[in-house]
Amino acid sequence: MSLSKPQKVFIFIALLVLVSLYIDLPTKIFNFMVPRPDIKIGNLDFSQSIPLSEGLDIKGGLQVTLTADMKDISAADRPSALESAKEVIGRRIDLFGVSESGIKTAVSGNDYRLILELPGVTDSQQALDLIGQTAKLEFALPVYTPGKTATESATLTGFTPTDLTGADLARAAVTFQTQDSQPGVSLTFKDSGTAKFAKLTKENIGKPIAILLDGDPITMPTVQVEITDGNAQITGKFTTEEAKALAVQLNAGALPVPVSVLSQNSIPATLGADSIRKSVTAGAIGLFMVVFFMIAYYGRLGLIASISLTIYGLVTLALYKLIPVVLSLPGIAGFLLSVGMAVDSNILIFERYKEEIRAGRQPKVAMELAFGRAWNSIKDANAATILTGTILFNPLNWPFLNTSGSVRGFAFTLVLGILISLFTGLVVTRNFLRLFYKEKLSTKDSTQKL
Amino acid sequence: MNWMKHMSLYFFLSALVIVPGLFSLARYGLRLSIEFTGGSQLTITQISQDPNSIAQSFKSYSPFIVDSNSNSLSLKMKAISQEEVTKIIGDLKKNNPNIKTTDFETIGPDLGAETIKKTLNALMLVSIVLILYISYAFKQLKFGVCAVLAAFHDAAVVLGSFSLLGHFAGVEVDLLFVTAVLTMLSYSVHDTIVVFDRIRELSHFNKTTDFESLANRAVTETMARSLNNSLALIFMLLAMFLMGGETTKFFALALLIGTVTGTYSSTFNATPLLVLWNRYFEKKK
Repeated sequence: MSLSKPQKVFIFIALLVLVSLYIDLPTKIFNFMVPRPDIKIGNLDFSQSIPLSEGLDIKGGLQVTLTADMKDISAADRPSALESAKEVIGRRIDLFGVSESGIKTAVSGNDYRLILELPGVTDSQQALDLIGQTAKLEFALPVYTPGKTATESATLTGFTPTDLTGADLARAAVTFQTQDSQPGVSLTFKDSGTAKFAKLTKENIGKPIAILLDGDPITMPTVQVEITDGNAQITGKFTTEEAKALAVQLNAGALPVPVSVLSQNSIPATLGADSIRKSVTAGAIGLFMVVFFMIAYYGRLGLIASISLTIYGLVTLALYKLIPVVLSLPGIAGFLLSVGMAVDSNILIFERYKEEIRAGRQPKVAMELAFGRAWNSIKDANAATILTGTILFNPLNWPFLNTSGSVRGFAFTLVLGILISLFTGLVVTRNFLRLFYKEKLSTKDSTQKL
Repeated sequence: MNWMKHMSLYFFLSALVIVPGLFSLARYGLRLSIEFTGGSQLTITQISQDPNSIAQSFKSYSPFIVDSNSNSLSLKMKAISQEEVTKIIGDLKKNNPNIKTTDFETIGPDLGAETIKKTLNALMLVSIVLILYISYAFKQLKFGVCAVLAAFHDAAVVLGSFSLLGHFAGVEVDLLFVTAVLTMLSYSVHDTIVVFDRIRELSHFNKTTDFESLANRAVTETMARSLNNSLALIFMLLAMFLMGGETTKFFALALLIGTVTGTYSSTFNATPLLVLWNRYFEKKK
């Protein structure tokens, strides 16, 4: 038995819906246990229900107050030091721009503090792991004191700092040594750093150079040749996780001041639980009205569109859980906008279909034409939105655009939503129409109804 | 239908909304929430009254309860002086004999000047990229420019309305408002492109017809779709505005205004602008 193309696509869609449903559903619905096989892929454990991360505004989280140690900073520089500490920590906790953490400065008398609001974090250790260390990177020359006797080896007694520091870094990345696949961190210097590093290596051929992180030597490689291309590697005592964390910290920049946790407490949803409940109800009523409207106006076509929108919702929710996307109101706005555009794609196609019917075409021809012609406008309209979303998301981390925060979260869900809606609009709806509408189209009464 | 005949009426209607809005924006600005301005946070302990009624005592500083239990509460509010706090706490002593403030801090904004500046940078870049993309997709510069001008029109309507709402009804703009404006701008461009697409398509099949007639036909043919699409959105947003929670009410309103003006501007601003452009710059053709 061979299947037609629409039938094959239908099987694919059905599988996709099953997988999505499976990810979306909780383990238990009332008294019914959803059966779950014991599958693990990476960090995902399919034998458990997969949680949906919700943002501070919806779920609340942990508020951590950090206090900055300003004793080495002159009074005049303290506010700006606090601001840059905020920037750096903001980048570290919001590396992908979708966690929607809040961070702000708080000054009370001589105390300089940062208030962090972390969604989905329950204990302060987790918070500290996110914030990490000061990550002050220095290159220094070790100072050896010769042994008292000729046989006693020289001991390391200190370091002479050089002018090369983490500030000269362009970027850091995790690498694996080819010989023993040991994790390490590769450093690429800016132009200023490249010159300094070349000078440093030239002057110290045959001697060790120490790389210090927060004052501790991580590695002390011996310089073999002058290095002029501005690349260096730190290897040694790292696990892969540590190497990743260090690369993140180095990329985010060093903290200008050391910080420590002052207090922590859990905070409720900033939008208020009651307000959220009402909005969810209102949103559900609104969605129901959209479905009702589509069915009332477009009949069976509207029903098919509504089914395809439901699939859209299931797939989106599953992806939110898998990525994971922290759901907050700006994110939901991005999602709703993409729903609106998904509905629009359907309306565009159906209006087009009616026009083609009015122009006297056969229903089947009209359907294919409608998809073809509507695609032009759907393509350009969605491409414009994807461009907008991409710029707002700033994937290349251009410094003159936002590198963290809610604008990014919004842009992310918007672009993701548009991509899924293109799939459901053009693959799912179209396929359903080909499969289920075909027979109906040939009967006379349905064409008159449309 | 000859939609373009009443062009000046459409522009007049837009001006009727935009001019007072822009005037208000220049004169009063927007009423910014604590998320933009920063403010004060204080923790009060040993309370005997309901936390909400304590928060009410700070009413003129728009307080917001961060955390509360039967014994204490944390409040965020507009910048308040230490003296003022002492005075209000003094008044509260009558009903809460042991009340005291344990923590008083000045907090910075969630959304600092830097974030706003960067978001504006992004919007500028978006405008340029959209003009380029649309001009490329439609093969003519006028399409890109007019679509983006229509989006500016919508931004002016929403910002203006919220400036007026802020001045006369005390409505504040917050972080969600920024999201709403971004949402609405995307929607506006999306909607405009759909109308323009029809003009593009018609001009392929009717090479000899003049531009104005093409524009009229395109508007007529896309009208049902424009109305249906915005109605679907309006249902949704109206439900959220009327029945949704207090905290998201004005977010829904901003989106609602944006949807209406976004739909209006595609048909009644962007398309007439195209016709005008054609009339004045491409007369000789």
